[in-house]
Amino acid sequence: MTEVSNENKEVGATKEFVTVHIDGQLFGLPIEQVEDVFMPDAITEVPLSNPQVAGVLNLRGRIVTAIDMRKRLGLPPRSDGGTPMAVGIEHQQESYGLIIDRVGEVLRLGRRTFEKNPANLDVRWSSISAGVHRLDGQLLVLLDVERILDITGEKSNAA
Amino acid sequence: MDDLLSEFLTETAESLDVVDVELVKFEQEPTNSGILDNIFRLVHTIKGTCGFLGLPRLEALAHSAETLMGKYRDGATPTSEGVSLILETIDRLKEILEQLEQEGAEPDGADQDLIEQLDAMSAIAMNAMNGEGGETPAEAPAPVSHELERELKPGEVSLDELEAAFQNAPGPDDMGAESASLDEAPAVSVEAEAPVQAETPTPAEPPAPAAKVPAAPAAKPAAAQKEDAKPKEGAAVKAQTIRVNVETLEQLMTMVSELVLTRNQLLEMVRRLDDSEFKVPLQRLSNVTAELQEGVMKTRMQPIGNAWQKLPRIIRDLSKELDKKINLEMIGAETELDRQVLEQIKDPLTHMVRNSADHGLETTEGRLAAGKSEVGNVTLSAYHEGGHIIIKIADDGQGLPTDKIKSKVIANGIATEAELEEMSENQIHKLIFHAGLSTAEKVTNVSGRGVGMDVVRTNIELIGGTVDLTSVAGEGTTFIIKIPLTLAIVSALIVEASGQRFAIPQLAVLELVKSNANAEHRIEMINDSPVLRLRNKLLPVISMSKLLGHSSGIKTEEGEGEENNGVDQNVFVVVVQVGGQTFGIVVDAVFHTEEIVVKPMSSMLREITMFSGNTILGDGSVILIVDPNGIAQAVARDHGGAQESNHVDAADAADLIGNEEKTALLVFKSGSDDLKAVPLSLVTRLEEVDVANIEKSNNRDLVQYRGKLMPLIYIEDHLTHKDEGLQPILVFADESHSMGLVVDEIVDIVEDRLTIEISSEKDGIVGSAVIKGKATEVIDVGYYLPKAFDDWLEKRDIPNPVQRELKLLLVDDSAFFRNLLSPLLASAGYRVTMVESATDALQLKENGEVFDVIVSDIEMPEMDGITFASTLKDDSQWGQTPIIALSSHTNPEVIARGRAAGFRDYVAKFDREGLIESIRECKPVSENEAAA
Repeated sequence: MTEVSNENKEVGATKEFVTVHIDGQLFGLPIEQVEDVFMPDAITEVPLSNPQVAGVLNLRGRIVTAIDMRKRLGLPPRSDGGTPMAVGIEHQQESYGLIIDRVGEVLRLGRRTFEKNPANLDVRWSSISAGVHRLDGQLLVLLDVERILDITGEKSNAA
Repeated sequence: MDDLLSEFLTETAESLDVVDVELVKFEQEPTNSGILDNIFRLVHTIKGTCGFLGLPRLEALAHSAETLMGKYRDGATPTSEGVSLILETIDRLKEILEQLEQEGAEPDGADQDLIEQLDAMSAIAMNAMNGEGGETPAEAPAPVSHELERELKPGEVSLDELEAAFQNAPGPDDMGAESASLDEAPAVSVEAEAPVQAETPTPAEPPAPAAKVPAAPAAKPAAAQKEDAKPKEGAAVKAQTIRVNVETLEQLMTMVSELVLTRNQLLEMVRRLDDSEFKVPLQRLSNVTAELQEGVMKTRMQPIGNAWQKLPRIIRDLSKELDKKINLEMIGAETELDRQVLEQIKDPLTHMVRNSADHGLETTEGRLAAGKSEVGNVTLSAYHEGGHIIIKIADDGQGLPTDKIKSKVIANGIATEAELEEMSENQIHKLIFHAGLSTAEKVTNVSGRGVGMDVVRTNIELIGGTVDLTSVAGEGTTFIIKIPLTLAIVSALIVEASGQRFAIPQLAVLELVKSNANAEHRIEMINDSPVLRLRNKLLPVISMSKLLGHSSGIKTEEGEGEENNGVDQNVFVVVVQVGGQTFGIVVDAVFHTEEIVVKPMSSMLREITMFSGNTILGDGSVILIVDPNGIAQAVARDHGGAQESNHVDAADAADLIGNEEKTALLVFKSGSDDLKAVPLSLVTRLEEVDVANIEKSNNRDLVQYRGKLMPLIYIEDHLTHKDEGLQPILVFADESHSMGLVVDEIVDIVEDRLTIEISSEKDGIVGSAVIKGKATEVIDVGYYLPKAFDDWLEKRDIPNPVQRELKLLLVDDSAFFRNLLSPLLASAGYRVTMVESATDALQLKENGEVFDVIVSDIEMPEMDGITFASTLKDDSQWGQTPIIALSSHTNPEVIARGRAAGFRDYVAKFDREGLIESIRECKPVSENEAAA
């Protein structure tokens, strides 16, 4: 069902996406949902929270809830020692930061390359992915911000 | 024009509110010309502005009201009807204003009804006055003003005079002189002109003004000069306030917070430079910032009186409607609290005051009959108390009708009669806060519509407040509301635990105690519950680290006994009070206090009850604000939860804390009205026997039950027993014996957490626990079993395949469970040895004791069951002894871990059958071993 609605959403002209890299995989976020990109610094852990929540941090006077996208996707912790980056997102008047490995570029993608989630995609991925774009040489997984942030009700499937 | 109109609307609405209040006052103090002057001036201003803006309906109404008030001012005795009429007019004005606000234009409609009444009233007042004064012409003023185009002309002349009169009399001049507001002066002068131009079609009764107006200035100055002080004060206060958009304030607040952060960063940078030219200016900047911050915070504070403004009017109308004499007293209206809180409390307060007047106070006859003064009092008071504002709403009425509440409660199925029996009167009274309960017998216009006190309570609790009540029959009821002054800014203590900083709201903190092993304040253990000796009292303490899921499970495994319960000895204890509960929170370090701006937790994290919000500290880092309420709950829940898992995953820990063990309990009464309880799983059956069938033999009561004689045991021996009818009994049985415990009444079966809070000295009672909110005695079945059969615990006459008694070791940290299980196990034919910890058990092993089977609890302090089992697994002496785990947590993961650690079986606590069964299954092994 969800795939259907996603398809509907995608019908029409091309859209712009901010690409990010997580554990070597390319992901895309709708550009209109990305507020900014920042280096997450001094994250305060929140005890008893879902482990997928990395913690809270101060971004220019606003408290931002940081989400560890690696954990969200069930990926191992980063080992290359690189500086993490975060994509700032505004959702229902609250600020979130998705912690990723690296920010890529802005891509304009159309319907032509779009495909819904392959059936064999890990449920941790398919549950937050809105589909896949076939790019030259690689695949781009579209992230569904709404569903990424739907952590509260869900028991940590990474644990 | 729009701006002008909207400004007019806000200003007028405010003026009308003041008029409302003043009129009620005036009615009570008809001789106070200061009040009247104030009202007159306000209405006059409204009239003037309306004329100027071209709002004929409003103007006409205001004019007629003004005329009537003018009469009173000139000496006519104000009547209650008159005041009511004016109030009604004010209401009409408000109505029109409302529509005006929505539609931008004055709505169509006629106010002739009111105007005629007002004018008639003016005439009456006039006549009355003439009767006294006997000087002014007696012609009643023409009641209708608008249409009389002709009378306009004679009137016009007098209007000029009127204008002159106005200019040197009430509003303009007095005001112009002292009004601090510059805008008001021009406004007034505009308005003074306005009547002449715009008002021309609406003259007052021609003869009257002529007669009255000269009188007005004459009477006025004398009165006004004397009373000058009063209206001036009021006016001055008003003039010094301006309206600011709330959003603007909020934004200011955010900006200031950022400024503070930036300042702190700068300070930090400059501190590192030795002599910097920045130092002095930065110091100044710092001070200014601090003051600015304080100032902005203050802008959010408002006197609670703002929320009370409408009350006098409400009470007055109520008193008319209900035909009661009500006096409303308001004390402490100047008490300030945060805007946001004020908004939230407004409606509940209004509702409660109404309630007090409507239900609380008796009717006049009722009061007289009760020997009280005719006038009922409703007293509203507010004062600050330690960061809270306390608001009391007291009436001297009849008190809450306990019986009525009771029957309503039962009718609505909120509680059973039996439950009510157990409650104190106060507890019953508090049921009025329960949803869907309104005690008003007849639904009045005012209250009794079923949405009531529960909504009030919810609203108050929403802002972190509490509401309580005391009621004495015949003397009255007092509601006490306690709410935090502000939701936004709190002073917080910054502490550290598990290497992380947290803020604890200072409000909850009573004191700080440094604890160390050698000092006077030492943390000690009672049955593995840490307590602190503080001034000859024991204070339960709980470790912050442990609460946060940084459990010491792993450390225990490594044998760091010192760390048990996460309570180290060199620590700080923050003594906090939440409601009636006082306890200590153990933290690693305490830094300082800081004023913090509370920001709500992100919705994703709001489920964590341990935190009430978060904030940005001076150094720019985010810190979590601990919610003392959440901790209090965790303390009450005991500390067993998080202990069991070795690696406490955060989500896991939350889970554990969430699903604390619940036990099905049978609640009954026996001997007295006190509630008693027994774990349901221990009870084999519930039966009712006819008292006639109870036989006596050898001084014991027996009853034939399933082909056998079953002894009956009474909890209270000495009490007289029923001599007819059905007698409920609890049957405890195993395969050979059964016993009936006679009870008076089976009250309920409830699922609740069983925490024995007070252990009992009394035989047969394990202790008292709070079950479903009520103190309940938990009975000790083990005490009664031997009473039925002396041999119940000693000898087994059942064909037992094993000749020698099997030795069983029971390891459980809870005395309650030990006491509960041992008779059961004993009755199943085991010789039971009990120890309260795994360490003690290991000690027995060292001593060379051998057991046939071990039953061990999982959640235990120091060494948990899993560690215990894995320790035994490879032991030469006990390695073969089967171990059965006993736990309240039966989630598959834990069970799997238990099995891996070497547990033979896993039984839920209270699963008596299961436990016995499981032990049986183990037996062959132990037998073999015994044989070997």
